[in-house]
Amino acid sequence: MDIGLGHYLTVAAILFTLGIFGIFLNRKNVIVILMSIELMLLAVNINFVAFSSFSGDMVGQVFSMFILTVAAAEAAIGLAILVVYFRNRGSIAVEDINMMKG
Amino acid sequence: MIVHALAFYLFAAVVVACAVMVVAARNPVHSVLFLILAFFSAAGLFVLLGAEFLAMLLVVVYVGAVAVLFLFVVMMLDVNFAALREGVLEYLPFGLLVGFVMLVELVMLYGAWITGPDIALAAASPTPDITQVSNTEALGHLLYTKYIYLFQAAGMILLVAMIGAIVLSNRQRDGVRRQVIAEQIARTRKDAVEMKKVTPGGGI
Repeated sequence: MDIGLGHYLTVAAILFTLGIFGIFLNRKNVIVILMSIELMLLAVNINFVAFSSFSGDMVGQVFSMFILTVAAAEAAIGLAILVVYFRNRGSIAVEDINMMKG
Repeated sequence: MIVHALAFYLFAAVVVACAVMVVAARNPVHSVLFLILAFFSAAGLFVLLGAEFLAMLLVVVYVGAVAVLFLFVVMMLDVNFAALREGVLEYLPFGLLVGFVMLVELVMLYGAWITGPDIALAAASPTPDITQVSNTEALGHLLYTKYIYLFQAAGMILLVAMIGAIVLSNRQRDGVRRQVIAEQIARTRKDAVEMKKVTPGGGI
């Protein structure tokens, strides 16, 4: 019943996989794609903190904090772009996002 | 120890179940609420790992700010979310395949993971004794000394994100009387006041 590093890594791996699965499953809905990205970042954070805790190194937690910062910035910018896009096009479907023909 | 194990399995199960529901829920509002629960449970996992400060940060920043931001946007947009879910079954096999391959790769990677015996000696900044220095204090010591430049850079990233979000979503509407400070300051007495010679009994 001893909880080791492997347990936490397994949870993080499942979470990361679910994030990827969510991106594939909800290919039309940008909001759910953004939420899936948040899940993947959470999985990465769990990995960082687990390694930091089990190897006795604080740097993992410092780095995890920077990931939190970047994730928050990314969510804010992504949602702002989404709102502007919805205002212009009246839709948030991914397949409608082709104005730049990229 | 048994309490620790039980708490881990509880939090882990809730995190995974919530992640499934985030991906699978029909209503995006439900997705956001499950995301919030997933963040709470992940904060519980962080506490079990001894990273209390990050756990509280996760609750405050993620649940309090990011998830609520998601909630606002989901509720603000007038989108037919049912139409966006059409064709989900079409993508299901491919998504399952990619997810399965990914999971197998990760499990193979972690299964072969062996930690070296003197890993603690290689630590860049060893965790201090928890009875002497708390987690928050240790993190602060590191963040404000060794990683001060990165800390400042993180602040800059947040500033840029804030300005970007405001500039992107700010809209100039017609028919709204705005305060233009430059015009107010540039006004002189000559523009504002007009002297009239009024004859008695004549009016203007």
